[in-house]
Amino acid sequence: MGALKARYNFLFKSTKGLILLAIALIALVTAIWGMISGPMAEFGIRDIVINTFGMDIVEAEREGRIILLYHAIAMAVVAIEVYIITDMVPMKVHQQTNINAIITFGYIFSLVFGLLFGYFGHNFIFHGLYIFGLSLMFFGGLQLSIALWPWNKEYHVSNPEYSQTRGGVDLERVAFFTMAIATLGSALFGAVTGSYWGNGHETFLAEDLIREPEKTILQKSIIGHLHIMLTLIAIAITLIVGRWQNFRGPLHKIAMPFMIVGTIIISLGAWSVVLFEWAHTIIYGGSVLVMLAALFFVIFSWRELIKVGLERRGINRGRVSQKLGALLEDPLKFGVGWQMVFMNFTVSGVGIFMAVKLDEIFRVWPHREERIVLTGHWHILSAIVATIILLYYADLAGLKGRARKIFGWSVIIFSDIAFAAATIFSMKRLLVSESAQQPLVNWTMLLVDLGLALVLVALAILMIWRLVDLFMKQGRWADELDETGYGEDSPEEPGETKEGVE
Amino acid sequence: MKRLFYFPILFSLLLTACGTDAVTPTTPPLIDTGVDPDSWAVVEAGEFLMGLHEHETNVDYNYEIMVTDVTKTQYADYLNQAVADGSVKVREDQVVGYYPGDEFHGYEHELEIKAGDWLYIPLNDLGIRLDFDGGTFSPQAGYDNHPMTMVTWFGAKAYCEHFGYRLPSEIEWEKAARGEDGRPYPWGDGIEPGNANYYSSHDIFEKIIGGLGDTTPVGFYNGGSIDDFQTIDSPSPYGLYDMAGNVWQWTGDVYENQHYRYMRGGSKDNYAYNLRVWTRNSAGPEYYSPAVGFRCVRDANQ
Repeated sequence: MGALKARYNFLFKSTKGLILLAIALIALVTAIWGMISGPMAEFGIRDIVINTFGMDIVEAEREGRIILLYHAIAMAVVAIEVYIITDMVPMKVHQQTNINAIITFGYIFSLVFGLLFGYFGHNFIFHGLYIFGLSLMFFGGLQLSIALWPWNKEYHVSNPEYSQTRGGVDLERVAFFTMAIATLGSALFGAVTGSYWGNGHETFLAEDLIREPEKTILQKSIIGHLHIMLTLIAIAITLIVGRWQNFRGPLHKIAMPFMIVGTIIISLGAWSVVLFEWAHTIIYGGSVLVMLAALFFVIFSWRELIKVGLERRGINRGRVSQKLGALLEDPLKFGVGWQMVFMNFTVSGVGIFMAVKLDEIFRVWPHREERIVLTGHWHILSAIVATIILLYYADLAGLKGRARKIFGWSVIIFSDIAFAAATIFSMKRLLVSESAQQPLVNWTMLLVDLGLALVLVALAILMIWRLVDLFMKQGRWADELDETGYGEDSPEEPGETKEGVE
Repeated sequence: MKRLFYFPILFSLLLTACGTDAVTPTTPPLIDTGVDPDSWAVVEAGEFLMGLHEHETNVDYNYEIMVTDVTKTQYADYLNQAVADGSVKVREDQVVGYYPGDEFHGYEHELEIKAGDWLYIPLNDLGIRLDFDGGTFSPQAGYDNHPMTMVTWFGAKAYCEHFGYRLPSEIEWEKAARGEDGRPYPWGDGIEPGNANYYSSHDIFEKIIGGLGDTTPVGFYNGGSIDDFQTIDSPSPYGLYDMAGNVWQWTGDVYENQHYRYMRGGSKDNYAYNLRVWTRNSAGPEYYSPAVGFRCVRDANQ
């Protein structure tokens, strides 16, 4: 019983355990639901999975099912980000405990009951519990915003290396706070529209409506909601990895105001689209600021990796090859910045090109081709965020030595091969005519499937390692639990306050 | 560490080498499906459930619709007649014809479709599968009863109007495809490879051509078998074939504030969910593709 309790404490009370549980659940959902689409459907696996699990698949409900699946996975990702934020940003321990508990119930309820409702028959109790889960997530977000309140003197900073106001208000904390508030506001745009479901609002996928000259307010609300939520998830992970790598110095001082103002502008732009068609141009302005902030982080991160790497080798002023070696020494820390840079080629670059050439190129293509570009675009952004989370978690989980390098490079290389191939596939009409597309389709699809499969294999190995560890009496999990104060060997019970990076 | 640099390059080269089939025309076997491309089916007036959300929609007149898509043989015959009577022109590897233009509103993203000669079909594209010897059009060997593809909306509309028919409206098309019981596919509730030609449906043309395969002859999914590939008889409630898969079908509606024309039915290149009867695709009227064809409707008892 004690063994079970200790493991319960690890999985539900420690940050590392909570993150592990959420990643494991996402991996499980990805493994099962990944088999009912894409190449697995082609191989006939889809039918086996549907029959094995007794799924109730109604053709007309595909759009609704997908929306539930997106929310199920997104809530788990949001939960992971919240766990990391409550762990790394200074706040009261009771606040961290409350927020984590609410968020944990929230995402598990929305994930489990959302998928049950979507894929296993329409029991409206399940739907109610799914909504209850989403509501808990919102409530947890409110608590997080309160905990992140930046103007509390207790959380002021004095170290001049960090971005701050004259009065000492920590601007990185303000950026976290702004992101949290913007997320709550943006969630409302989905929630309010969702409340009209069956009462004037009909389920739709945004990519199916892009060419409709007139959209209803509710449709525009959902389109704004989905764009801004993914953007805010990306902003949150950027702030997280910045704090992880102790982002500081002159670039930090510029980046944080940019991030704060950019987040506000993007959010207001996405919200305003509901009323004013032209408001999407506001979003571009915010995006520039946020992307510049991310760029400053990457510059800082890589400079720091080179500096620390050369120092470790006892080199004062290294040659280019030595600097490159130092930069690439740790794929986990290098990778988060690299993935952000790579995102510019596969997401931002494509998005800007698309906006500039919309009528000239993309609207000349058939809708289904434009749809592939759009869905590819945001699936890649989501997957890039996921890889950054994985790289961060691998560090958190204590991967070291060769395993750290193999895991890190596997995630970076294989995911980037898949993202690059998916980008080429989606833009194939620029390269070949439809009659001559077969070879291009063949090898890009192969690379996408293989790249993603190998990333999932790397993830599966990581998960199996941690699962096996859970069965060990004094495994890594026990040490991680001790760090929280809930373990048997903890020096003391969790205190009233905890320290942040400073 | 050095190996890590070489690995992605070698890996990419290896994979790239795996999938580079040459683009060579392949002659498929001529398959007589027994379904007559010249036959028509009557769709009775009445309400039906339209769209994903099944809105009750009324069609208050009877109409007839072609049982199959227009074939390459039919289109070649039309071109021969139309060239002879001067209603179409062959000009620089293109067949073009006159269209009186759309009303233009200058709406956002709307392009102006002016009166003038517009492309019907290109003659220099690999996917056309029609031969032209300078005087006469004819289908390429094996493609006689495959759906006419690489035809623009202008070319499809002109074909129908040449014979006194018209392109179906989206409402007419969907009612003909799904009948009145709200089914998602023309033949019923689910889809499997024997029902239609779609992405990875493993039909014989995927084996012959590889990858995405090719169009199948009209009426192919009628319960017959060829080699070891068994089809399921998959007509719509009105007895139409290929209302899902094989090729997208142009519809005739011209909507206000946009220049897009709409297609229905999904194609050989699409995942199965695109074959659901309410799925729409759109493109400018000058768009053509190896995966787009059409069929016509006419007033009942015409």
